[in-house]
Amino acid sequence: MAASNPQPGAAVHFQDAGVRIGGRFVWRHVDLEVRQGSFVAILGPNGAGKSTLVRAALGLTELAEGTVTVFGRRVRRGNDDIGYLPQRRNFDADLRIRGVDLVRLGLDGARWGFPLPFADRLSGGAKAARVDEVIRLVGAQGYAERSIGELSGGEQQRLLIAQALVSGARMLFLDEPLDSLDLNNQQAISALIQSICQERQVTVLLVAHDVNPILPYLDTVVYVAQGQVVSGKPEDVIKTETLTRLYGAPVEVLQTSDGRLVVVGQHEPVSYHGHEAP
Amino acid sequence: MIPLALQPFTPNLIDDARQILGYDFMQNAVLAGTFTALAAGLVGYYVVLRNEVFTSDALGHVAFTGGLGALLAGLQLLLGVFASTIAVAVGMGTLGGRARGRDVAIGTIFAWVLGVGVLFLSLYTSTRSGSGGGTAGVSILFGSILGLQQAQAAITAAAAVITTLGLFAIARPLLFISVDPDVAAARGVPTALVTVLFLILLGATVAEAVQAVGALLIFGLMVTPAAIAQRLTTRPFMGLLLSGALAIAFVWAGLALAFYVAYPASFFITALAFGTYLATMIFGRVAALRGALA
Amino acid sequence: MAQQGLSWDLLADLQLLLQFHFMQNALLVGTLVAILAGAIGYFVVLRGQSFATHMLSQVGFPGAAAGVLVHTSPVLGLIVFCVAGALGIGWTGRSVDAGRRGESAAVGSILAFSLALGLLFFRLYAGSAQGIYGFLFGTILGITDSDVLLTAATTVVGLAVIAVIGRPLLFASVDPDAAEARGVRVRAISIAFLILVALSVAETVQVIGTLLIFALLVTPAAAAQRLTARPGLGLALTIALSVLFMWSGLAIAYFSLYPVGFFVTSLAFATYLAIRLFRAASRDHHRPAMETAT
Repeated sequence: MAASNPQPGAAVHFQDAGVRIGGRFVWRHVDLEVRQGSFVAILGPNGAGKSTLVRAALGLTELAEGTVTVFGRRVRRGNDDIGYLPQRRNFDADLRIRGVDLVRLGLDGARWGFPLPFADRLSGGAKAARVDEVIRLVGAQGYAERSIGELSGGEQQRLLIAQALVSGARMLFLDEPLDSLDLNNQQAISALIQSICQERQVTVLLVAHDVNPILPYLDTVVYVAQGQVVSGKPEDVIKTETLTRLYGAPVEVLQTSDGRLVVVGQHEPVSYHGHEAP
Repeated sequence: MIPLALQPFTPNLIDDARQILGYDFMQNAVLAGTFTALAAGLVGYYVVLRNEVFTSDALGHVAFTGGLGALLAGLQLLLGVFASTIAVAVGMGTLGGRARGRDVAIGTIFAWVLGVGVLFLSLYTSTRSGSGGGTAGVSILFGSILGLQQAQAAITAAAAVITTLGLFAIARPLLFISVDPDVAAARGVPTALVTVLFLILLGATVAEAVQAVGALLIFGLMVTPAAIAQRLTTRPFMGLLLSGALAIAFVWAGLALAFYVAYPASFFITALAFGTYLATMIFGRVAALRGALA
Repeated sequence: MAQQGLSWDLLADLQLLLQFHFMQNALLVGTLVAILAGAIGYFVVLRGQSFATHMLSQVGFPGAAAGVLVHTSPVLGLIVFCVAGALGIGWTGRSVDAGRRGESAAVGSILAFSLALGLLFFRLYAGSAQGIYGFLFGTILGITDSDVLLTAATTVVGLAVIAVIGRPLLFASVDPDAAEARGVRVRAISIAFLILVALSVAETVQVIGTLLIFALLVTPAAAAQRLTARPGLGLALTIALSVLFMWSGLAIAYFSLYPVGFFVTSLAFATYLAIRLFRAASRDHHRPAMETAT
């Protein structure tokens, strides 16, 4: 589905975009528009270019063709409007930094210099208050003072979400955030993200390779495969006909008795670049 | 038999300090040592954080070879040391990922670098035989803080001050990229620039530390205080300052000990640092054990 | 040292080389040491323990000095300290991989302290600079007859043990889980192997010093393992290279005025480099099956 007119209210807008890695196009002729405040899942097989889509919107990967804008402006690094959770960050057990410090880095870690001990207090403690607020938002106040390496996967993930939000982000990019979590944590974190999305009007783009934990919350699905991108409502995109058309090969979407979706019959496309595979 | 000290030790520490500082060589040592320790403690905090401890080891070897090479070429020792460590530090950083000393290739290369240094040493010693040239190598290897001339001490101190200021300038972004590189890049930190700046500071700090404690013992100033600090606190910037403070404390205490008990200062500094580290580890275990039993 | 220059008449050169007792001793010890170092080194590289080797050699340094201090052979002191170090590593049960930041810092601190301790011992018996250089970088002088005997004994013991545990050691190195399942006592073998490494390091330090140990204990094996994946051939090739480097290094050092450490490390480095370039250029993408991180 192509969006033809750029909406001023679009959170992210790709127009005829293409990215090349290693000489081949990962995807091209991508037209995609994400409405502000929506909860979007980016799905597709390994190596299809899901992370690349996110990185292009962050300004970390350059487009070979076309344009991408974020909140109507050109993409740039260091955009306070966007919070980013990259794929698979595991902090070593022996990294002795507190969770709250990690969150704080999301606020001013990019500024040169060294935090003077009393500077924050003199300015009314605004920064510390912000950090405290997002930590409470994600429910991590009980363990934020502990060394990050000691925390469980779910606890770390909450703090990382806090870090992504602390600078006042209006949009969150999360790359496979549920990947290494157990089922309980997957559901809890998904619900947390949903509540942030709704209560704070934060646009969420979440890359996943299993849509089921977030399916109840999705407004839009973006399916990346075979160098193309298809977007729309979940029930429209994750359908046998749509995916078969996308792949040009028989793909079946099945629903289990408890409502989960299973996509069957796809074969993994040739990976254009090794680092896309998790 | 313990050699007699220049002055006896008295319980009045202020008087002792005044007496110690009455000597030129001690003034030079304290001047160079204090600022070098500060720089080493600060830079070392990040070395440990970034898990680049053995890169520093390699740079120490380079300092040895570079310094002797300079002497051999008739240039200033300090010039050779600084130039070689900074050049190699930046080179290692740009050429390939994180150089870990456990790689066979890296180990072989730096063993060779040291071998070349040995060649330089023997060349230098033989050209200067009879004029005490034989101990130049020992000074570079184990430090010569008590033998610094005023000019040397001043240059080293000045370099260390610049290094310290430089490190404070990049402290925040460096922490960010060391702990969380992907998000740091996304948040606009100029990763490559900060990394190169850090490597330059690292090279310079190794060069400074070589003056104080020698190429072989730089870990005592650059790694151990940082390791202690990281065990004592998880607040990064507090740990950073603590690391610097500990390094200074070890240097002061080490110099004082060397003054009263005339054995090498670098030994005392390293031993104090190690002893403190050991104590921290032991108390940590005991506390953990108590906590587990409670 | 060179009484007459190198000539084209190899037989005459050989006679020159062998005419002095110290050189005969050096060659004997060198050969014995190289054989054991090659044999042990093969497994060291296979098991990815080159770093532990580096660590043991530096921990041995104060042992050498302590040996002189208490009026016994430095080699004996080396053996004691190195074996103690090996037991220490084995007791902690860790693999002493310089990968984790806490461990890197700990190891770095221990290394610095070992070297500092060695320095202290040297000062205690008022050792000369040349003496220190000898322990750090190796020397072909001053190898006594009793040293030769001690080395011979150590080599024989070492080789005997390798002959006995060789196969289970290979199994445990390449596939510890499967080996354990088949009844190999992996942990016991690991500790036994570390002690063997300690012995080899202790005796190798005589000729090449604590800082350059890589060139004999690691590089030949790394080079050999790039050329072949067959264990028997690899082992033989490693020993051959090791002996070759040693003989060449000793011979060149004898005829020139320059230190043996420089030649051995340079030869090792050059050979390793040549083999790597050769492999890369020959477009042979069949990587040896048991290639470890070299």
